[in-house]
Amino acid sequence: MEALITTNVSKRYAQHTALDKVSITIPEQTIFGLLGPNGAGKTTLIRIINQIINRDEGEIFIFGEKLKPAHVEKIGYLPEERGLYKKMKVGDQLLYLAQLKGLSRKEALARIKVWLEKFEVKDWWNKKVEDLSKGMAQKVQFISTVLHEPKLIILDEPFSGFDPVNAQLITEKILELKANGSTIIFSTHRMETVESLCDHIALINKSKKILEGAKKQVKEQYRSNTFIVEHRGNHFTLPAEKYELKKQSVLEDGLYTSTIQAKGNIKGNQLIRELIDLTEVFSFQEQLPSMSDIFISLVKGEGDEALKKHLQEA
Amino acid sequence: MNKVWLIIQREFLIRVKKKSFLIATIVVPLIFPAVIGGLVYIMMKEAESAKPDTVMVVDESGQFNLDSAKNTKRFHFVPLQLKLEQAKKAYNETKYFALLYVPAFDINKPDGLIIYTQENPSIEKVGDLESLLEERVRDLKLQEFKIDKEVLKNLKTKISLKQINLSDTGEEKSSNSGILYGMGFALGIMIYIFVLVYGIQIMQGVIDEKTSKVVEVIVSSVKPFQLMLGKIVGIAAVGVVQFLIWIILITFLSTGVLGYFGLKMPQKQMIEEVSKKIKDDDVKQAMQQQAQPNVKINELMQSVSEIPFAKIAFVFVFYFLGGYLLYGALFAAVGSAVESIQESQQFQFPITLPLLIGYMGLFMFILRDPHGPVSFWLSIIPFTSPVAMVGRIAFDVPGWQLALSMLLLIGGFILTTWIAGRIYRVGILMTGTKVNWRVMVKWFMMRE
Repeated sequence: MEALITTNVSKRYAQHTALDKVSITIPEQTIFGLLGPNGAGKTTLIRIINQIINRDEGEIFIFGEKLKPAHVEKIGYLPEERGLYKKMKVGDQLLYLAQLKGLSRKEALARIKVWLEKFEVKDWWNKKVEDLSKGMAQKVQFISTVLHEPKLIILDEPFSGFDPVNAQLITEKILELKANGSTIIFSTHRMETVESLCDHIALINKSKKILEGAKKQVKEQYRSNTFIVEHRGNHFTLPAEKYELKKQSVLEDGLYTSTIQAKGNIKGNQLIRELIDLTEVFSFQEQLPSMSDIFISLVKGEGDEALKKHLQEA
Repeated sequence: MNKVWLIIQREFLIRVKKKSFLIATIVVPLIFPAVIGGLVYIMMKEAESAKPDTVMVVDESGQFNLDSAKNTKRFHFVPLQLKLEQAKKAYNETKYFALLYVPAFDINKPDGLIIYTQENPSIEKVGDLESLLEERVRDLKLQEFKIDKEVLKNLKTKISLKQINLSDTGEEKSSNSGILYGMGFALGIMIYIFVLVYGIQIMQGVIDEKTSKVVEVIVSSVKPFQLMLGKIVGIAAVGVVQFLIWIILITFLSTGVLGYFGLKMPQKQMIEEVSKKIKDDDVKQAMQQQAQPNVKINELMQSVSEIPFAKIAFVFVFYFLGGYLLYGALFAAVGSAVESIQESQQFQFPITLPLLIGYMGLFMFILRDPHGPVSFWLSIIPFTSPVAMVGRIAFDVPGWQLALSMLLLIGGFILTTWIAGRIYRVGILMTGTKVNWRVMVKWFMMRE
């Protein structure tokens, strides 16, 4: 089943259109990267899913059901702009937020204890948020997002404000949540996060969705039949009608690395076969476009042609 | 609904748990008994110092029979059968107030009377003594003209108007405009202050939530309108609780303080407090009219006891809550639009202007002419009625006017809450926008 489906969701304000017929499909138990430059409409979409604002058009389905007020209890939301009540104690705060999400007081108390132990911060219960460091407050906020065990977790830039150690900790928890059946939506600019964590992505630019799919397929779609080969010696030439040598550089002791693009429908295997006769091959890999490449070129050029051009130049 | 209840609880508890709440709740009631205690203390001191001063008298004229029978409340006269020089010496050995020397004199031209004192006497005391002597001379003259003193006393009459309200039903109610004025004044100001103080608390709370960004988390769980409503109601509960504690503590402490000074406190402590000031003035007058010493006080007590306190208390609470809800919603809207208290100043004045008009109207119209047309409209229009009607209620407002005013107030706060809710839902999520009235109107018009 799909965790979330939006069909032709639009939101217009007086002067501009924040979302223009955006349709996305998020499979259950995946990590979904919602990508796009600042002001593209990601936050608007997230707010609509959270029912903070209303859409003008389109339908939204959560686990097969039409979006309704009760769904807020199935969603955990970590906004980009973090915020907690500064004067409230950590324990009271978590209790309050969990109860607002529909947990009973008793249930909430038990779960808060478990989570504070998970993060090894049991003694924070009576600390006021204003006395916590930024990273500590972020942890509290993360706990508040997942306390009610939401089936759908929406994290807007979840790693900002965390040091690498804590970012690692949060990553582990996110993967744990996914393993336990939650679906996670990441809204982020950090392409390394997308590369390492996301299963699916959608790219929104200027209020429109311009790309969507499983990460692998997206990369597949934008592969340019370019390969990176490490080999010894460079005294050979590939047939120019089949291959183009894009780049070549010396590594050490006559070891070279070459970027080779195959023309037409020539596959990698054929290239390897031909290379083996010409030189000693140490490594061979296809140069897949990075998410960052895809993101930048699509946003800049707004089209597949531009992307291909960009990738070829890279 | 359950979630609104959670919000109400939080808003209530965080404020009630604050030290500042505890301090304000305890200190304010202490001020009242302290003031009452202070006043009583001063009055008692004065009563003590009002003991008659002893005046030694050397009367060479033999006209002033200022013997003990002639002693007054203020002076105690001690006639001396001594020559002036000897008397002066004798006086200097005493601690008495003064030595009065009366030479033989012509009653048509009394001259040469001297008062010797050890300290500079107050003008008031000298004046009192002079008027006593004048009275004595007048009596002597009356004797000379053969006019009976009783006849003369009969000629002098004092009139004080007793006020009676003739209600529609023909029922008579004695009233005292002084008491009503005092009540209207106090209640009107209290409403004005409460609405402002608690309204600003709402605004502060909204600004805090907006600037700390916690609001986005909250509205992902509840509707913005629920959050606004929860906050307004939660803070209202703080106000009501504080108010109740004040009343209980003030009653308790005032009774205690007055008990300490040996004054008895009627069950209705309000009556006592309100009537206190006026009573003193009237007591003096009543004293002078020795023929009917207690009638006036009784009348006063009666008109106090005829004030419908239960009704006034109900009306007060109703208009406090109504006014608070009406303005509270507007304060919430302003809080949602701005990012700091400073920024809110430009909006605060315009929204509280009607309240200020009600407050000014209280002094300019309602207390002077409670049933005039301006007073009527001020107490009917929802924006001014909280202050105006509460100020006017002691003056016996016709039932239909009260009902109309209350209905309009309910309608008024539903309207402002609706308007504020529409601005609030947009405002709390907007940061970095320069907000003015036009922007707010735009937010209000924005579709759901």
